[in-house]
Amino acid sequence: MTDILVLVDHDHGSPKKISKQILTAARQQGDGQVHAVLFGAGADGSAERLGAYGVTKAFLWDSEDLTGYATEPMTDALIAALDQSGAQILLYPSDPFLSDAVARAAIRVRAGVVTDAIDLELVGDRMVATKAIFGGDMVSRCQVKGDRPQFIGVKANAFAAEESGGDPAELVPIQVEVAQGARRARVLGVVATESGGRPELTEAAIVVSGGRGLGDEQGFRLIEQLADALGAAVGASRAATDAGWYPHQHQIGQTGKTVSPQLYLGSGISGAIQHRAGMQTSQAIAVINKDAEAPIFSIADIGIVGDLYKVIPPLIEEINRRKQ
Amino acid sequence: MRIICPVKRVPDTAADKKMNADGTLDRDSAEAVLNANDEWAIEEALRIRERGADAELIVLCVGPEAAATTIRKALSYGLDGAIHVTDDAIKGSDAAGIARVIAAALRAEEFDLVIMGNQSSDARTMLVPAMLAELLDVPALTYAKALSVDGRTIRVDRETPTGHQTVEAQLPAVVSVVEAINQPRYPSFKGIMAAKSKPVTTKSLADIGLDAGEVGLDNAWTQVLDVTPRAPKTAGQRVHDDGSGTVGAKALADFLAARKLI
Repeated sequence: MTDILVLVDHDHGSPKKISKQILTAARQQGDGQVHAVLFGAGADGSAERLGAYGVTKAFLWDSEDLTGYATEPMTDALIAALDQSGAQILLYPSDPFLSDAVARAAIRVRAGVVTDAIDLELVGDRMVATKAIFGGDMVSRCQVKGDRPQFIGVKANAFAAEESGGDPAELVPIQVEVAQGARRARVLGVVATESGGRPELTEAAIVVSGGRGLGDEQGFRLIEQLADALGAAVGASRAATDAGWYPHQHQIGQTGKTVSPQLYLGSGISGAIQHRAGMQTSQAIAVINKDAEAPIFSIADIGIVGDLYKVIPPLIEEINRRKQ
Repeated sequence: MRIICPVKRVPDTAADKKMNADGTLDRDSAEAVLNANDEWAIEEALRIRERGADAELIVLCVGPEAAATTIRKALSYGLDGAIHVTDDAIKGSDAAGIARVIAAALRAEEFDLVIMGNQSSDARTMLVPAMLAELLDVPALTYAKALSVDGRTIRVDRETPTGHQTVEAQLPAVVSVVEAINQPRYPSFKGIMAAKSKPVTTKSLADIGLDAGEVGLDNAWTQVLDVTPRAPKTAGQRVHDDGSGTVGAKALADFLAARKLI
């Protein structure tokens, strides 16, 4: 039997969507028990929600060290949770901040790490991960070698979240003594950018993005309205972020974020290879562009040749009408 | 102060790539370039010096002999010299293997700050900066969108999915940078000419004191079982709007509804 430990990202005890997806995958793929590890405030209220996803034990840790210092206290706690759970497989969301602790832990316990899995299959005691490589041009299947611990990062939207029903998870405090040396990158403050209530870009089921064809910064107000009608996140091409029309952290492409939502809807984006490297594994692709020759049309499931400023306003109306 | 910028030679994203039978990329099949994200790291190193720090700026590149061109490109921005770690045994290393090579090379060097891109455009694991910091036993200030150095103190704004986090540490440290941190300059003609005569020290694994059993394809902690080209996507339905917007809007709304997205 192969037990799996899932690093669950949560908001005050409520697992994030990506974590529900990963818990579902762990339950469906695993042949042993699924355990969870949660850091931070409110995790002790998660027992029933985790149990509903088939979690047996949840290992919890909250401390001022977690919010006061970057990465390293979390690394200590993650290693302690692995020890306590006895699991040899760790699944975690491919989120940069959590990945840092996973990367440090991997060096310390000599675990192999495979990032960005879009499919999983347990073969014997080995978790085989499928991932898109080279911007989605190719697909590879990877695994950790030997009998070392297996750390697998899973991408958002790779799996559908499904509850299985089950008793509340048993809550187990993580026994960890944070090394003094782990308190060396001190967090001075945290600033939240106004998200407009939109989902995070890499987690969203729908991504609405805009590029050079918007013409100016104001165009992104229209993109945001469309995103809000769809409950989507907003992305941008590098041309748009370099022009200062939208913040850099929304850039989709080779040098920025990779998204693979259920739907990518791009407006005014020509689809240079560097942009496609960040979105071409999306499950469905829809585009609006005036230029019928734009390369993005070649990978679009539906392409509207037209003026985005003419098409988007009635599209928003139509979406709102059909939602009622 | 000594600042090291690790850089990577990557295949051009636009190039057609061929794979070797062992699941590694045939790196001769595609035109190679300096990893774009490393240019922000180089720019940031230059800016630290231009703000008045007495700093020596060194490029570190792990790669085959052909990476010499990548190193000259990096030097052309105005850095002072380079270390080129090259050894046939390194070929096929995974992220942890490359982190071990960089760490071993740095142990043989004096350094105060390591600045690198947050990801390479080919592998994109984003693991190496944190792994490197762990191996060197120093703090990692990753995903920096702003950075300042004051004496031995470094302060960084780390980009988060929802904003940023300000973190402070004492040097030495490893920093990875994201796109928002700066707009890199272009190399000047003078810089390109000067790069040709900057000192480049070539080192083997033996020179940096790393056992070949720690690196390379056979000793990697992960393995690629197989690689297959993804089925090429074919263009789907195309709708020409009539200029009113309503034709395009209706077609898109129908598409969304058919997929139960609205």
